[in-house]
Amino acid sequence: MKTEYILNMQGITKRYGENTVLENVNLSVRPGEIHALLGENGAGKSTLMNVLFGMPVIHNTGGFEGQVLLDGENANITSPHDAMKKGIGMVHQEFMLLPEFTISENIKLNREITNSNLVSRILNKNLETLDMPKMAKDARKALDDVGMGIDEYVQVAGLPIGYMQFIEIAREIDKTGVKLLVFDEPTAVLTESEADQLISVMKKIAASGISIIFITHRLDEVIAASDVVTILRDGKTVANLKTKDATVLTLAELMVGRQGEGMVSTEKRAIPKDAKVAMSVRNLYVDMPGEEVKGVDFDVYEGEIFGIGGLAGQGKIGIPNGIMGLYEASGEVKLFGEPLQIGDPKKALSAGISMVSEDRKGVGLMLDQSIKNNIVFNAMEIKGEYLRKILFFTQKNEAEIDKQAQDMIKELDIRCFGPQQAVGTLSGGNQQKVCIARALTMKPKFLFVSEPTRGIDIGAKRLVLETLLKLSREEGITIVMVSSELQELRSISDRIAIVSEGKIVDILPPDASSAAFGLAMSGIKPDEHTDEEAKA
Amino acid sequence: MDKSKDIRTIMRDNAVTIMFVILCIIGLVFSGQSVSFVMYELVGRISRNAFLVLALIIPIIAGMGINFAVTIGAMAAQISALWITEWQIPGLTGFMAAIAMTLPIALVFGFLIGKLLNKMKGQEMIGGLILGYFANGLYQLLFLFIFGNIIPLNTKGLVIQGSTGVANTINLTGDKGIKYALDGIMRLPMHETVFWACGIAALVAIALMALKKIEAKKAIKIIVILAVLVGLFFIPAVRDLFVLTNVPIVTLLVIFLLCLFNNALLKTRLGQQFRAVGQNRVVANAAGISVDTIRVIAIMISTVLAGWGQLIFVQNMGSFQTYGAHEQVGLYAGAAILVGGASIKRATNGQAILGTILFHLLFIVAPSAGKNIFGDAAVGEYFRVFISYGVIAMALVMHTWRGAVKKKKPGEQDMSAVEKG
Repeated sequence: MKTEYILNMQGITKRYGENTVLENVNLSVRPGEIHALLGENGAGKSTLMNVLFGMPVIHNTGGFEGQVLLDGENANITSPHDAMKKGIGMVHQEFMLLPEFTISENIKLNREITNSNLVSRILNKNLETLDMPKMAKDARKALDDVGMGIDEYVQVAGLPIGYMQFIEIAREIDKTGVKLLVFDEPTAVLTESEADQLISVMKKIAASGISIIFITHRLDEVIAASDVVTILRDGKTVANLKTKDATVLTLAELMVGRQGEGMVSTEKRAIPKDAKVAMSVRNLYVDMPGEEVKGVDFDVYEGEIFGIGGLAGQGKIGIPNGIMGLYEASGEVKLFGEPLQIGDPKKALSAGISMVSEDRKGVGLMLDQSIKNNIVFNAMEIKGEYLRKILFFTQKNEAEIDKQAQDMIKELDIRCFGPQQAVGTLSGGNQQKVCIARALTMKPKFLFVSEPTRGIDIGAKRLVLETLLKLSREEGITIVMVSSELQELRSISDRIAIVSEGKIVDILPPDASSAAFGLAMSGIKPDEHTDEEAKA
Repeated sequence: MDKSKDIRTIMRDNAVTIMFVILCIIGLVFSGQSVSFVMYELVGRISRNAFLVLALIIPIIAGMGINFAVTIGAMAAQISALWITEWQIPGLTGFMAAIAMTLPIALVFGFLIGKLLNKMKGQEMIGGLILGYFANGLYQLLFLFIFGNIIPLNTKGLVIQGSTGVANTINLTGDKGIKYALDGIMRLPMHETVFWACGIAALVAIALMALKKIEAKKAIKIIVILAVLVGLFFIPAVRDLFVLTNVPIVTLLVIFLLCLFNNALLKTRLGQQFRAVGQNRVVANAAGISVDTIRVIAIMISTVLAGWGQLIFVQNMGSFQTYGAHEQVGLYAGAAILVGGASIKRATNGQAILGTILFHLLFIVAPSAGKNIFGDAAVGEYFRVFISYGVIAMALVMHTWRGAVKKKKPGEQDMSAVEKG
């Protein structure tokens, strides 16, 4: 049966328990088309691809509703291997290459060309001898197709990262019967010229009749490469349009969405002209896997709430973790004018910085310990508070600890049976409050809050945000809040820095337009872009 | 500057091997033993140990580190050796029967070890080591209680009278034993061995050249080197160094065949899968390779080879300690391959052979060198045991250390890129 679409995903709905992550999503790809799939984190892009590839995570959680049609026929894709057999290939974001193999060995991995020999005829096909010249010949052809002149006998280890991306692509197109290729953020690690080359290779592949789904957050590449764009937001299809009818601005606005009601409302304040700098950061590099920071500069003023936003994996979480010394970092940081030696958590804590970690369970809390022990732990270790000396032995001062814990429970409204309750038995929102309570017990002058609302329900979110606002307005604590949720950043921050690819793209006021935020998240500085458009 | 850097990297990458060469030279000088005696001992030790060391290569390539569970392969061999002795099958027939009997036992053991090691990925080495200790308990149960009691043994001397279980030592000598079953088939003096080996190698080189598998230049180079080697053995002084040496031709041939087998296996599809799994399990899995199966196969091959290696060992020794012969097999073989320059990630035939030579050279000279330097042979004895553990510890530390050197500080990478650009 001949149809217009090579892939037609209709009415896809996927729930994880109560949580609906995809709702009635449609995606239709024509043969030889480059179809861009655009959306913020959590918009449902990866879940949709997991459905397409029949990943175990989908089947193990009750499957999905809706239909996946390949060439107009119902394709029941049961596993990634099955997807591969049905002609769907994936170019991974992390390279699936073996460094000590040559390029042709990598391209032919587990699809080696072999000659039978005496032993293999008797025992097993797996003992057939490899036919390297033939494998190299196939690899050569695939490499030529992606426009790479490199020798196919070279080892992959030590090649520039950009090359590896092209080798991955060569491997996918070398597979026979490939009809559809999914490129998952392929340009994330490439330089500009390599990205341009990649786009021309994609067009070449598409021209040969293979369809491409192009997942990216770089809007200008969507415009440059794709024929059609589908935009997802909060698990729903919000737009499906021809690329030639779209501009970077409209895409940015569709991706981020209109500004809804803030969860917490506060009057906007302007930064006073004579505001003192609380923290100045220059040339900060952080080696946090998956969240690398590649040279950021910013100043935080005393008393403000400074938001840091951006997509996941772009480096925003690396900033507080690097300054607190949880990951290796280099750069200059000054706190209230005093230079701060980074790379040592103890120094950062004694200088008066506290942090509420995004990794509540891993770094933040000792789950089987009581609330009160969690609250005073850092103050005890770093400042030597809540302790008393009896002869030569240091003892915990239980009375003081109890009082502090009671105060905090009351102040932050931590719902619990009492200070003795183990933190592990609390709800997510209340655990988060214990983290904040511990940070406050250090009496910080400066507070980092990383993803404070991750994984907690709406009501708890509001309480956490209100608490932060109160700390800023009433206690005058300077707060840097890192969050993936733009909405909450916009509701309480005074200024918001958007991080993309390890660098700060722009610092925006919270009432800047959605399009401006969308552009910044895809790495384009909004005013630059509008200038360019004005010129054109 | 570049050259000195090269020498430094070479020194660092081969630190263990270089250290051993130096130790061996010092030992040789101070031992006061004649070279001809050392050579005689060395050839004997290589012929009985090299096979066991070569058995470690496949698991290393499959990313499982040094397979300390070869101890269990040795146990399989000793079970076979016991029964061959019980059935009184002599000579080469007995040896081949033991080889055949070891195969299924070692395959089953290897399968079980592989299954278990798959449950502790990343901890295969410590897992294999402890598994060896655990299996030793079962082995003792088998030999102390089941053999000789539940399953009776009738051959005289296998069971101690008035006691229970198999005797402490199993004797393989005599006309019913398998001593020298393999070694004794053909023995030649060293110079004749060299003449034959060089002659055959030269013929192979010429044949390959005629078939255009190698370049003429390379073939001529090989033949010249072989000729020089032959020429050396025409010098009486050189010949005298090997006057005591009697080379067990067939055993060395078997070792050579195992080297060929290792190489040929790595050139097959299965070999490619070993290498892929060894480098990165995630990538291999994504390419559709069944990682767990491949790892089990690697351990099964290694266990069988270790069993055969242990049989070669005992037929040379002529007897074995029933409850102790297998205990140090994994440790000594592992130390030997590391001495040869292998790491827990990479190993070649050449490294295994070189390691066997150096490691056992030190074993030969250490006791008398210890006696001459410290006035006590026990010090040398202590020294060589201490060194086998030391080598393994050092190789492990260096492996981690090299990984740490590669990781650069954040920000630096970009700077170096700028400098280059």
